[in-house]
Amino acid sequence: MRDKSTNLPAHLHDIRQQVERYAREYGLDFYDTIFEVLGFDEINMVAAYGGFPNRYPHWRFGMDYERLSKGYEYGLSKIYEMVINNDPSYAYLLESNMDVDQKLVMAHVFGHVDFFKNNFMFRHTNRKMMDQMANHATRVRRYHDEFGVEKVEDFIDRCLSLENLIDYQSPYVRRHADPKLEKEQQSKVAKGFKTGREYMREYINPPEFLRAQQERIEQELQRQKKVPERPERDVLQFLLDWAPLESWERDVLSIIREEAYYFAPQGQTKIMNEGWATYWHSTIMTQKALTASELIDYADHHSGTLATHPGQLNPYKLGVELWRDIEDRWNKGRFGKEYEECDSFEERRRWDRKLGAGRQKIFEVRKHYNDVTFIDEFLTIEFCLDQKLFTFGYNEKHQRWEILERDFKKVKAKLLHMLTNFGQPIIAVEDGNYENRGELLLIHKHDGVDLKLDYARDTLRNLQTLWRRPVNLVSRLDGRGVIFRYDGRDHSDRKIEL
Amino acid sequence: MSLKIKQDHARFRDIVRGRIKNNLKKYVQKGELIGKKGKDFITIPVPTIDIPHFRYGEKQQGGVGQGEGDPGDPLSPSQPGGGGAGAGQGEGHHLLEVDVSLDELADILGEELQLPRIQPKGKDRIVTSRIRYTGVAPSGPESLRHFKRTYKQALRRQIASGAYNYRRPVIVPVREDRRYRTWKQVPLPETNAVVIYMMDVSGSMGDEQKEIVRIESFWIDTWLRKHYKGLETRYIIHDAVAREVDRETFFHTRESGGTMISSAYKLCKDIIEAEYAPSAWNIYPLHFSDGDNWSADDTRVCVDLLHSAILPAVNLFCYGQVESPYGSGQFIKDLKETVGAADNVALSEIADKEAIYGSIKQFLGKGK
Repeated sequence: MRDKSTNLPAHLHDIRQQVERYAREYGLDFYDTIFEVLGFDEINMVAAYGGFPNRYPHWRFGMDYERLSKGYEYGLSKIYEMVINNDPSYAYLLESNMDVDQKLVMAHVFGHVDFFKNNFMFRHTNRKMMDQMANHATRVRRYHDEFGVEKVEDFIDRCLSLENLIDYQSPYVRRHADPKLEKEQQSKVAKGFKTGREYMREYINPPEFLRAQQERIEQELQRQKKVPERPERDVLQFLLDWAPLESWERDVLSIIREEAYYFAPQGQTKIMNEGWATYWHSTIMTQKALTASELIDYADHHSGTLATHPGQLNPYKLGVELWRDIEDRWNKGRFGKEYEECDSFEERRRWDRKLGAGRQKIFEVRKHYNDVTFIDEFLTIEFCLDQKLFTFGYNEKHQRWEILERDFKKVKAKLLHMLTNFGQPIIAVEDGNYENRGELLLIHKHDGVDLKLDYARDTLRNLQTLWRRPVNLVSRLDGRGVIFRYDGRDHSDRKIEL
Repeated sequence: MSLKIKQDHARFRDIVRGRIKNNLKKYVQKGELIGKKGKDFITIPVPTIDIPHFRYGEKQQGGVGQGEGDPGDPLSPSQPGGGGAGAGQGEGHHLLEVDVSLDELADILGEELQLPRIQPKGKDRIVTSRIRYTGVAPSGPESLRHFKRTYKQALRRQIASGAYNYRRPVIVPVREDRRYRTWKQVPLPETNAVVIYMMDVSGSMGDEQKEIVRIESFWIDTWLRKHYKGLETRYIIHDAVAREVDRETFFHTRESGGTMISSAYKLCKDIIEAEYAPSAWNIYPLHFSDGDNWSADDTRVCVDLLHSAILPAVNLFCYGQVESPYGSGQFIKDLKETVGAADNVALSEIADKEAIYGSIKQFLGKGK
């Protein structure tokens, strides 16, 4: 095992060796991890940059930096765990932390890196993103020099507005061949089946058959005239392919898209990932690494991480409790047909087959699930009751947020809804030549919740500046079908039948 | 150490400043922003800075939480759940809250309204003195030892006497080497100001009018605070009689009674004479009313008071007339005729919240 943490002071170096050994003993499998010690200001900078030391210049990082400097984040906010999905992985320690905190952070970090390395959602992420980010920064800076800061920044603002319009279900980042070229290469004439024997030709390819083939080809060509052929969720890719962008704009948009795809799996596995890392820092600390003198401080900080505020869901807490629940259930055999069919509350409570398969199960689970499937499969009614979960909503009459339900099905449905598609509305490009006027048509797949109207209008405006022709969005408002339009100057909307 | 992010951060603050400037008019009307005062910082919700995305409307969203409570219970005083959908990508209030220091705010106000800087009067006449420890003497109390000088002196002596060994420097001060700090009285011109708010709380001044006064007074306060280190405020309310009150009462008194403006001016004059010598103080009386005075006689008394006692003593006298369905609005006309021409008088009509912006410019545009 190479030792890369060269700037760690000696005692931290020793701690790190120790914690890493424990982690590997438990079976955690992670890339080489480089730890760096930073001061408060620097770590806020890195956090604002999403964990990378270098990002393209933009005010949003300044905004995040200001917010972080004020300490509005919860979780490990005072201790600062910051680690990136990269090989080798980089993690940051806050200089002023006590040793017990540093231990906690290291253990937590190893949990994260193990998750990044093994979870399927991350399989196609760029593990050399560190270099890639620096590359992105250089490219954008070059454009700053060439075209001016404001022009480039303005364009980036618009791209960022659209950065959630990617295909979250796509397991990998698609890069097409040039679509126009693809079309030209397609055959326009039915060829029929091949045969070497001239006399067989008429039997194998009778005229009716050839005619049917030709018809099918023509229908296909007809269908392909519609761009995109099928509703396209990767709107950014669509814009890259079809929008009249300058080449520098295309480059910048592709940078934004790459980064959006890189970060997407992290958002989709937040509960699992944070829970996993918390589970491991807790296990390693309490079973191996803690000394007696560190106990109180550890308990204090650890509980701070897992604090729940009444109006918010703490992904660390939910995650770690769910992992523990799974481990417990698989240790006790509380799964499978027999258990599911058991009706007696008492019997379920007492159920213990002493299988001891919990640890193995969670290692397996961390590979194959994301937040949605994780919650869907493992959130049980007992867990919901134990954790006192509820749904809340805004009561117009009382003008305040209130607890709505504790009903298990409703809680689970709500949670899943919040997580599906990253908590974002599902929007796809339906037509790139709407009404044959070169207009863009997007469809919002309405799932019971309306879009935020002012934001939607502003986003449409940003979309239009890229598309350079009017853009339309089909959605629902207050139960009625509506199509929003922005033509470059005015917003309009009209009702339609859906 | 200069961090790379400082560039981005500075860019962000620039944008915020620009946004605030552009929307200053809107902010000036807003009463809410004043409520969130910290010690030196004000939290301003800046609506347009956040990048818009396609996202769900907030009200319908709600979320999942954890903890005690029954259906129907309100969520605890912690933040409204809308921003707290922690599991998904729920963050990003559409109103970004940015902290702006009062000083910065005053700057922005000044730039946007093109306000001239105030020339405080009497700077040279006001004399307070401060004690500054700038001197060094060979004797003094031990608590005022000056270590550096003492050792320097010892070093000098050693070099001069040849006892200094540069290879093994050891400096030991002797009794004569000792040096002590001493102080000097330094006259410091200090600028002090007092603002005397006067408000008509007769039957014709309703809640909205009071709100206008509150907002306007906040901005004038901010601007003045930038120029004067110590700013005092006094509050006078009047209907047919005047009395001095505290800030709370000033803004929350129920309206009643008739209107005799002279009562307020008289009280104001008394306060000035009693506690604020014009030679030492920059005085700013501000009067808000709906312009409906009891009688022309009373108006004459007011004008007299202004001419004789108030105007000669103050930096700037401001009168703001808020519009009210009951008032006749006569007073401002009278004032305009009689004292309108004076250099240190500013009159303004404030029809509604939108007019506050223009009214501030009228008041502060004089540079006094």
